[in-house]
Amino acid sequence: MNMELPARPKPGSAIVRPTIADCDIHPCLAKPSDILPYLPKRWQDHAMTYGMLPRHGYQSGPAYPKGQPDAARLDSWPPDGRPGSDLSFMQAQHLDANQVELGIMTVIAPAAGAAQNLDYSAALARALNEWQVAEWASKDSRLKASIVIPYEDGAAAAAEIDHWAGHDAFVQVLLLSRTAEPLGQRRYWPIYEAAQRARLPVGVHAFGYGGYPVTAGGWPSYYIEEMVGHSQCCQALLTSMVIEGVFERYPGTRMVLIEAGLAWLPSLSWRLDKHWSRMRDETPHLRRPPSEYIRDHVWLTTQPMEEPEKRKHFHDIVEWIGIDRLLFATDYPHWDFDDPLWAVPVKLDEAARQALFLDNAKALYGRA
Amino acid sequence: MARHVIAPASALPPGERLVAEVAGRKVVIFNLDGAYFGLFGRCPHQGGDLCLGRTTGLVEAGAEPGEYSYTRRGEILRCPWHGWEFDIRTGRSRAEPARVRAKTYDVEVKSGAELFDGPYQAETIVVSIEQDYIVVQA
Amino acid sequence: MSATATGGIDCDLHPAVPGIAALVPYLEPQWAEAVAQRGVHDLEPTSYPLRAPLTSRPDWRTAGAKAGSSPAQLGAQALDAFGSRAGILNCLYAVTTLFSEDMAAAFARAVNDWLAAEWLDVDKRLRASIVVPIQSPQLAAAEIERRAADRRFVQVLLPCLADQPLGRRSLWPIYEAAARHGLPIGIHAGSTYRHPVTPVGWPSYFTEDYVNQAQGFQTQLTSLVCEGVFSKFPMLKVVLIESGFTWLPAYLWRLHKYWRGLRMEIPWVDRPPPDIIREQVRFTLQPVDAPMEGDALLRILDQVGSDDLLLFSTDYPHWQFDGQDALPPLLADSLKAKILIDNPFATYPRLKEDFA
Repeated sequence: MNMELPARPKPGSAIVRPTIADCDIHPCLAKPSDILPYLPKRWQDHAMTYGMLPRHGYQSGPAYPKGQPDAARLDSWPPDGRPGSDLSFMQAQHLDANQVELGIMTVIAPAAGAAQNLDYSAALARALNEWQVAEWASKDSRLKASIVIPYEDGAAAAAEIDHWAGHDAFVQVLLLSRTAEPLGQRRYWPIYEAAQRARLPVGVHAFGYGGYPVTAGGWPSYYIEEMVGHSQCCQALLTSMVIEGVFERYPGTRMVLIEAGLAWLPSLSWRLDKHWSRMRDETPHLRRPPSEYIRDHVWLTTQPMEEPEKRKHFHDIVEWIGIDRLLFATDYPHWDFDDPLWAVPVKLDEAARQALFLDNAKALYGRA
Repeated sequence: MARHVIAPASALPPGERLVAEVAGRKVVIFNLDGAYFGLFGRCPHQGGDLCLGRTTGLVEAGAEPGEYSYTRRGEILRCPWHGWEFDIRTGRSRAEPARVRAKTYDVEVKSGAELFDGPYQAETIVVSIEQDYIVVQA
Repeated sequence: MSATATGGIDCDLHPAVPGIAALVPYLEPQWAEAVAQRGVHDLEPTSYPLRAPLTSRPDWRTAGAKAGSSPAQLGAQALDAFGSRAGILNCLYAVTTLFSEDMAAAFARAVNDWLAAEWLDVDKRLRASIVVPIQSPQLAAAEIERRAADRRFVQVLLPCLADQPLGRRSLWPIYEAAARHGLPIGIHAGSTYRHPVTPVGWPSYFTEDYVNQAQGFQTQLTSLVCEGVFSKFPMLKVVLIESGFTWLPAYLWRLHKYWRGLRMEIPWVDRPPPDIIREQVRFTLQPVDAPMEGDALLRILDQVGSDDLLLFSTDYPHWQFDGQDALPPLLADSLKAKILIDNPFATYPRLKEDFA
């Protein structure tokens, strides 16, 4: 019978794939109870009884139901467990198949930093960090971890950063985008201070629920609105970081906006410059135009890459942002995955391609 | 183009799919109520494996925004990656039918007796005169 | 400005209510009385602190009076100075921020009466947007009905950031009334502060508030599209006023991308969102959030992909540019003419009746 039902996709043998960095990979617990061995007993009990207490109306599942189960590619479900939970499956389907030389892990589920009980938040963050080391980073040297922190408690978050600083598995501090207050505000400054001290980039990944509606005009109805809205949330938090003077106060800060898209950055920079300039007297602590702070302190992962109606316009965006600021990411195993072969809408010259797909990440994350 | 004998018709009941390699390309074949349709297995967007996509019905708006109509159950294939919807019968994307389509293949059922008259390629399949076979043109 | 680039329509002018006492003659007796009895304050919008640099250009300020409170000054400084043949008044008095919908409706009526008597009757070049109590879509629709016969009212005015995203069906009585009367919906920068003015919480600085208006407009456009306002009201035009526009291409690309995979959730959005937006959404010119030197603005306009979208505005008396530089210099003359004249007329049929 001339028939074939492949278990997983294979790369076309005719296509030569150079090695890449993937700056946004989501490892996941196969089932929620898998974190329990990493928690002290007091918090195991808490996790089994009260749990995370989300800031929306039902106990399990996201506030806006996704477009695909677990927001994952349908082909990324391993035989047992949730997408992203099986290392060998991930290796075969993604790390090996896509020639990932450096994979930056971002653990966003469970969102430890979003837990309303701040002590539980700290315990869960520690547990997830130990889990990343034990079950991922120590088993595949391509994978590097981001320090999960109880970000609504600045002191506890700084302590967690200090705990892992210098550990070879961790290359970044992880925040989520929708926090209790905009991320530039002083309650979060201990995090930037600790990250600067540890010489670690601060990665801010889309999502989280800080308690306010996900738009400044109230709660939208649809999941598509939430997904498009991450762009506006990331623009707002970047505005906060700049205007609050985080980059002035902590000049060693290197910020990575993860899963925010990228094409919006130039127009935001221009808008910030224009109105900061008009109202300069409100922000005497800022000594440079916003666009300069952004240029010096901010990187962006490329996923979800915007899809210009005319592909050539993508060159404008790359030119305005600067190729050196861009970090390729797939967001594996999520459904809006950017395939390294097909996602970039234009042909980049070799130097630009190499920078975007690998060298920028190696330089930023200290793996050059 | 040649006609490739893929499998006995009995291997593909109504409502199911069959994946075959045809002339070096992966093709996913559907049986919609006795009519057969073939799509190239790679999504035209970023190459997601369409063979693994879920089928669904056609979700359209009702009379007013907020109202839905659901027809043609099982006739829309969603790419397992970004969820783009393709009409299995035409290959056209539902969102932008004029601009985006999955490559389609003509699929028919032929009797074993017809196949013996040729010209058909059946590289790995043994054709029996009593059965019907799925034939893909590629 | 070159000699050819005149005779335009200024689509965003801000008349200032001199003080709450100015509205008292236009309020019904119990509301006029309430102003005195309860000591109701002047409803100056938080979105534009009175003495903040943005709120007025220095050369448009007068000592002892709010900028934009004099029809004669507005006529001279906004219309005469730029050679504009007409202008649309968008009164931002904070009627839409009141919690009582009845009080909001009363003050909306008073503002619209005041606009008619003290601006539209005084300078024949002036037109106005209808201020409505968005707090109650039913009362807002009633105010639209009340005003529509006065064809000097050319638009319905809504604040950018209110209680619910602007596409929500509970607001559709407003759009239905506007569409029936051929009136565009004008959404103006500013918040009612029902929610933090950024989507990630309350900011520390007014600078952040103002910058974030652009993001507010983006989420509102998403709401209007995804809820099906443009499907339900195919003839309705929506004008984003003082929103910035250089964010538009990146925004369109993202919305289009997600719609292609999530169309099933909102099947009444039956064609690509960029096509819908190019057809039914317009943007006033100021502020131009782009460098004035270099080709960035021209490249953004190329990305926007349509010459029909921009409507000339000075945003008087807000301080968005200096001197006469209302129109970016590098724009082609043909595009300037569209921005100044053709696009406003196409958007505001009532203007075309009187000024074409």
